Amino acid sequence: MSTTTTAAQPAVNTKSGGFTAAAANYLDERTSVSTVVKELGRKIFPDHWSFLLGEVALYSFVVILLSGSFLTFFFQASMAEVVYDGSYVPLKGIDMSAAMSSTLDISFDVRGGLLMRQVHHWAALMFVASIGLHMLRIFFTGAFRKPRELNWVIGFVLFILAMAEGFTGYSLPDDLLSGNGLRIIDGMVKGIPLVGTWISFLLFGGEFPGNDIVGRLYTLHILLLPAIVVALIAMHLLFVVVHKHTQYPAAGHTNQNVVGYPVMPVYAAKAGGFFFIVFGVIMLIASLVTINPIWNYGPYDPSPVSAGTQPDWYIGFADGALRLIPPHLEFVWLNHTWSFNILIPLGVIGVFILLVMVYPFIEAWITGDKREHHLLDRPRNAATRTAIGAAGVWFYASLWASAASDLIATHFHLSMEGVIHALQISAVLGPFAAYFIAKRVCLALQKKDREIVLHGFESGRIVRLPGGEYIEVHQPVSEYERWKLVSYPDFKPLMIRPDARGRISTGQKVRAGLSRWFFEDRIAPVTRTEIERAHGGHH
Amino acid sequence: MPENRTPTPPKARSRKPRKTGRRHPLASVALIAIGLLFTGGAYAAFSTSTASAATDATSQQTIDEGRKLFIANCATCHGMQAQGADAGPSLIGVGAASVDFQVGTGRMPMAAQGPQALQKPVQFSDEDVAALAAYIGSLAPGPAIPEAHEIDGEGDASAGAELFRINCAMCHNVAGAGGALTEGKFAPSLAETSSKHIYEAMVTGPQNMPVFNNLNITPEGKRDIITYLKYLQTHPSPGGYELGNFGPVSEGLFLWIFGIGSIVALTVWITAKSN
Repeated sequence: MSTTTTAAQPAVNTKSGGFTAAAANYLDERTSVSTVVKELGRKIFPDHWSFLLGEVALYSFVVILLSGSFLTFFFQASMAEVVYDGSYVPLKGIDMSAAMSSTLDISFDVRGGLLMRQVHHWAALMFVASIGLHMLRIFFTGAFRKPRELNWVIGFVLFILAMAEGFTGYSLPDDLLSGNGLRIIDGMVKGIPLVGTWISFLLFGGEFPGNDIVGRLYTLHILLLPAIVVALIAMHLLFVVVHKHTQYPAAGHTNQNVVGYPVMPVYAAKAGGFFFIVFGVIMLIASLVTINPIWNYGPYDPSPVSAGTQPDWYIGFADGALRLIPPHLEFVWLNHTWSFNILIPLGVIGVFILLVMVYPFIEAWITGDKREHHLLDRPRNAATRTAIGAAGVWFYASLWASAASDLIATHFHLSMEGVIHALQISAVLGPFAAYFIAKRVCLALQKKDREIVLHGFESGRIVRLPGGEYIEVHQPVSEYERWKLVSYPDFKPLMIRPDARGRISTGQKVRAGLSRWFFEDRIAPVTRTEIERAHGGHH
Repeated sequence: MPENRTPTPPKARSRKPRKTGRRHPLASVALIAIGLLFTGGAYAAFSTSTASAATDATSQQTIDEGRKLFIANCATCHGMQAQGADAGPSLIGVGAASVDFQVGTGRMPMAAQGPQALQKPVQFSDEDVAALAAYIGSLAPGPAIPEAHEIDGEGDASAGAELFRINCAMCHNVAGAGGALTEGKFAPSLAETSSKHIYEAMVTGPQNMPVFNNLNITPEGKRDIITYLKYLQTHPSPGGYELGNFGPVSEGLFLWIFGIGSIVALTVWITAKSN
């Protein structure tokens, strides 16, 4: 000890930085970490509340990891039958699986266990919800455009994995609710023609529910899925660093710069503080509000199904699709049962999800846009995309609401059939209405922007001219404000051009048609000459 | 005198049995005891007989009273003899328990015809409900109002919970929060239902509820179910606020409104430009 300090003393003296400098130097000489700090520490992040939604997802995930690790210390992923003998009186002496029994022990006999369970579950709901909001922000601002298409796909896969994590976790306690959820999955799997039954037997190790499923889901839930999620999150963040962050159009914001604060010290402090805020909100909710009271549900038994049996919110849209599909779509053909009341919802959801995943590529193909975009679109300036998004959101929301059709019926004193029929109409026709309304609203807002740029704000001041004429004085828009209103890319529908052999292919025609649909009623951004002419006219 | 005295011994002898008889020193005590016993016994017998006679008398009176109430309030739909009509079913044989449930929870008289009778403030006093129940109960044998020991809630909560999950939860929800049925009908929440009404509902099957007679669920099982429901009513959730016990829908709604709502508000706050 003494020898090392004496050896280090001269070095410290020469560099005159004390122990911190010596330690930093020690680390840097061995890891070259200074280059990373120099690169990352001066990296600029723009400030906007909607840019923090992804961070919320990340921080919820950290909370999930922490609370989940605690739960693994006490949870037994086994379907071995035991007799419950814990503290909860109305389940004493009841036969149940070790999984259920240990979850009850976590809830009632492990110190802090119930809080940790509730933290884990609330954080999971928060995780998926913040991913959803984050995706909506990315979509409506066009942040998925080149060069970020691949990161959109990674984020999309994370969303799917988060749902898978959620569902496997929901199924682990082996209570009545989770067993009913698995039964629905089992039914959906069995609805697949030819192979369904065999896949179900493979998953459950024989006839449902079997003795294997909890152990298998546990492996997925705590090992495989989290590993993939962590790896993808790392890639996702790496891409954010590589691409630099996007920013909203505002004065001085261009495609070549990033306006904001450096990571060190401002952004790191803000983000670090924000982690504790998210953690705090989750803890507060978890300590005040019950989630998944498995003691009410009791152990899984294939015979009872509780009223109000629903999946967690993020699986709700799939449950809703099953509720909305009309009955009597099942028939026997070629000695097999064809359950189209299951296949149609599966197919529709599958297509919807795939469209979400590949949307960046579809839009890039339609627009023919090969430029890099670091400046976000204001949703109104991409009217067709915003309208498509609104239609998608409406469709999703209709399916989602359908999962609660029974509770909507009881709480609003409606008949369940009426609720289902209304939601069927909403899911099929609603997206079209949402598309047209959103598009008209966007175009109207663009026209308003154009009006403001050319003629300024309405000041409300009425002036009578000497000739007796009344005019309203318009307040010209400031130059900072105008920047935001005029700086967006102008698109035109693609022209059909014959290829080298002088022919126009069908693909070209489709593309031109779609491009026309995308841009035909666009409002072009105001040009400099227009501004000058407008102001000239006023003076 | 000696002659006279001669008979004294027999006199004395005869006195002895006399002393064992009614002239015994304790005879008066015994007489009082017997007297008290008889009076008390006769009084007790008389009072019990008057009591039973009184109940019979009030019973007949109650039944008459109930009949009047019935004709004034119920006969429009159920018919003058409770034989039923287009608007309402026959009440012959539904039993006193049925009336006590339907009228005692305010479901009857109905405000309007609908998918099912809705619970509302009770329209009759307890005596009137009892009178109506007695009248309907007197028409034909039917389920009676349960006795105290059947609904005391001292049974086995875990057996009751299991019975509840298997027989009741598909409509009433595992925590008794209620649930939807078809065509606008619904199973109501049991969060505030009294033990007596729970029992009566099981034996009479009001609205769309099936009847759980004593072969389906034994009286012991019914007592266990009541025990479980009373446990739920008296023990708040150990995890905090229950969100109505509606399951994942209310949890999701809470998360989106309060969780995400407060998080978004905080993101706006943290990125706000300082003044």
